[in-house]
Amino acid sequence: MSVATATRAESTAAPLSASWFAQLFQRFALHIAVILLTLVWLVPTLGLLVSSFRPGPDIISSGWWKALSPPFDFTLQNYSDMLDQSNMGAAIFNSFMVAIPSTVIPVTIAAFAAYAFAWMKFPGRDWIFLAFVGLLAVPLQLTFVPVLTFFVSHGIVPDNLTSLGLPPWIGLWLAHSGYGLPFSTYLLANFFRQLPSDLFESAEIDGAGTLTVFFRIIMPLSVPALASLVIFQFLWVWNDLLVALIYVGGAPDVAPLTVNLADLTNSLGQNYRLLTGAAFFSMIVPLVVFLSLQRYFVRGILAGSVKG
Amino acid sequence: MDFSVLLTDIPTLVFVIVGVPAVLVGYIVGAEYLVRRLPDKNRPQVRPWIWVGPAIVFVAGFLLIPAVGTLVQSLQDQHGNFVGLQNYADQLGGFPSGGAWIAIRNSIIVWLILYMILVLTFGLTMAVLFDRVGYETVVKSLIFMPMAISSVASGVIWKFMYWYQPADSPQTGTLNALVTFLRHDPVAWLQDQWPAGLAILNNLALITVATWGLTGFSMVILSAALKGIPGELLEAARVDGAGELTIFRRVIFPLMMPTVVVVGTTLVIFAIKVFDVPYVMTNGNFNTDVLALRMYNLLYLSHNNGAASAVAIVLLIAVVPVLVFNLRQFRAVEARR
Repeated sequence: MSVATATRAESTAAPLSASWFAQLFQRFALHIAVILLTLVWLVPTLGLLVSSFRPGPDIISSGWWKALSPPFDFTLQNYSDMLDQSNMGAAIFNSFMVAIPSTVIPVTIAAFAAYAFAWMKFPGRDWIFLAFVGLLAVPLQLTFVPVLTFFVSHGIVPDNLTSLGLPPWIGLWLAHSGYGLPFSTYLLANFFRQLPSDLFESAEIDGAGTLTVFFRIIMPLSVPALASLVIFQFLWVWNDLLVALIYVGGAPDVAPLTVNLADLTNSLGQNYRLLTGAAFFSMIVPLVVFLSLQRYFVRGILAGSVKG
Repeated sequence: MDFSVLLTDIPTLVFVIVGVPAVLVGYIVGAEYLVRRLPDKNRPQVRPWIWVGPAIVFVAGFLLIPAVGTLVQSLQDQHGNFVGLQNYADQLGGFPSGGAWIAIRNSIIVWLILYMILVLTFGLTMAVLFDRVGYETVVKSLIFMPMAISSVASGVIWKFMYWYQPADSPQTGTLNALVTFLRHDPVAWLQDQWPAGLAILNNLALITVATWGLTGFSMVILSAALKGIPGELLEAARVDGAGELTIFRRVIFPLMMPTVVVVGTTLVIFAIKVFDVPYVMTNGNFNTDVLALRMYNLLYLSHNNGAASAVAIVLLIAVVPVLVFNLRQFRAVEARR
């Protein structure tokens, strides 16, 4: 079910009644429409990409399309100035430090919980699972004020954590973990339930403990589901602006790329030369992940919305 | 640029890359070790809670309990005194343009309805058109690409599309270059509140950005549903002489309706919570405020926790229909299992 697979062979047949000419015209119009739509979708990104390699004075004096005709005058100046004059270099490190634990923690905890939801019996199991499904739709805004108040009163804020020698992002990790859990648990529990139960039963007869079943049987069988989930959660956290603004927005030196990029957008005004480079710098990781692991990413999205 | 931060921060790196997973695995191995010390009959009672416990703690601690806390705070003033529904009255009193009403109007009418229609229409059109060409994979990837990048980056990309210069200077923004090429005065897309006072144009400009970002999502899901329609069904319709448009209206669309509804409910949640695009592009100025942005500004600029909580509750009320729909859908699927 990825973008990269599944075309139906018989989908191209045109109405039998149509004449050869009408058929040709229809095919032609179809291709024009498809290519036009795709171009319209590409132009915004292309425009900024081209601009980001143009010399500063050119960006201000003429449109990006002028750069596509001779003389071809491209430069990396915007990127190097952006890295020198903004926080973006440190921000990409911060983004990794935010996104990796904020992916590892919820996915692992969700895998534990999904195992229990799918293969163990305990009182209230179905109701608790139902609560997780309900929480999928709850806006995160509903949690910000109390969680922030709690963090501030218990010293789980960047300054204090740094002075204790701890990573300043712990609050953000915990919040992202809580926010990511309903979806992660839902997705994994649905996957685990579809695994054949004889596998576990025979393993248990052979004397395998719960841990062995989990780490040796369930985890290896779930690699596709786990991969989709990891990519989905990682990109979600990497691209998140709001949660980061709420919990570390006041500390620019520990803030991730999105927060810094948004700050640059608001502060640069007319000097948007640096912004062009910064925007693409922030996209490098998502684009690499997307292009190399597209299949899993799309599968995660499909699993998340095509319910049942 | 200075990459030395990566070296000075080695303890943090180790903590993050080794420590976090070690703690998680250590927890489950340690807890299982303790469970095995228990008498045989107690193990099945304790073990599930070991596995599901951390998830319950996180979800309760970061979603459920704070949600209740927000409800309580929405009834309090800045000093924690009970003020009843005063915060709601402040937010909802100034109909039609005071308090939160601009944000409510934009969130519900502009974002929820218009945005959803746009994303579904484009997604469905693309799914059906792309299905008929040989290079489907490539075009789908290109349309889907904006899904991978952040809304902040999308916002920056589109700021350049919308860039405005006064009429006599060269237009460097793509759209205004196009508009002036067509002999029209350049348009300040993000500031222009045409038609007077209603501010439809600049809100549409914002929705365009989000539509551009999310159409790939609806296209991919609708496309998967389209592939699930048996080819023989379409073939039979064609043999009976139905035109392509009739086939779409009478066969494809009805069969895809359940998927359209599922995508729609997901979009409702996206639309109601939209924050990044207005924050980056207009910061809610020029009558483009939305609920999530208003809540953020009340919290961070006004430090008014009560008012921010009241807006958050309004947000919750807006998604309750979706929440109920999801739960029903889920129970229906469970019943069939």
